[in-house]
Amino acid sequence: MVPLSWYLIFAAALFSIGLFGVLSRRNAVAILLGIELMLNSVNINLAAFWRYGEDVTQMTGQVFAIIVFAVAAAEVAVGLALVISVYRRRNTVVADEINMMKW
Amino acid sequence: MTGEQIIFLLVALFTLGSGLMVVISRNLIHAALWLVSALFGVAVTYALLSAAFLAVVQVVVYIGAIAILFIFAVMLTRKDMRDQGPQMNANWWFGAILSVAVFAGLFFLLQGWSGLAGTASAIPAGFDAIGELGDALTSPNGYVLPFEVASVLLVAALVGAVYVSFNRK
Repeated sequence: MVPLSWYLIFAAALFSIGLFGVLSRRNAVAILLGIELMLNSVNINLAAFWRYGEDVTQMTGQVFAIIVFAVAAAEVAVGLALVISVYRRRNTVVADEINMMKW
Repeated sequence: MTGEQIIFLLVALFTLGSGLMVVISRNLIHAALWLVSALFGVAVTYALLSAAFLAVVQVVVYIGAIAILFIFAVMLTRKDMRDQGPQMNANWWFGAILSVAVFAGLFFLLQGWSGLAGTASAIPAGFDAIGELGDALTSPNGYVLPFEVASVLLVAALVGAVYVSFNRK
């Protein structure tokens, strides 16, 4: 049996990798890729806590993970639509150069 | 070390390596393809946790829809396949320090948590996890309201995405 701590440390490492991608990439699409990694690590935690919780017949952890799936799909759709729209108008996807709303 | 632990370690190393390639790879198409392999590793992790439905949904929704959407977005937003200039911004070292600090903080927080030694209780014989999950998602005593709100959110987000990226000409 795999200990619970292995899953949690694995998820923490994946979250940190995603955080590094979000903070350091210039391309807006690459930033969204980092966000996907972070959401996945959170889902691993939810599934692990469902499996290692007191009552495995209580499905709350999996339900929460499915809602995270739906929210991630919505986030990607809106995020990529914004990136494509900005690319059409400004011809760039570099996050530093998207400063139309900067006062 | 049991076979399950060896499989977990292999899958975790594969997933973390793919995740690292997602964030450091210069070519964005390669980053999106590495994301597919990282998502597949996460699906195997769900299978190891005996969350069968999550593993299937991970492959169908994440790899089948979201990763393909990323690949399309990468292809739509560049003139040539190779990006100009550096891929990392000037403060990437700050992001690296911060993410290492977040990992170290989470690691030490976990060390002091008493629930860490918890073991998985055996799944009762004849327990239908997927049926229970369906009941939980659709019964009024369960999570039907969050489920419906999530579907409304998804529809609103997709309508908004179509509106935002619509080419008015």
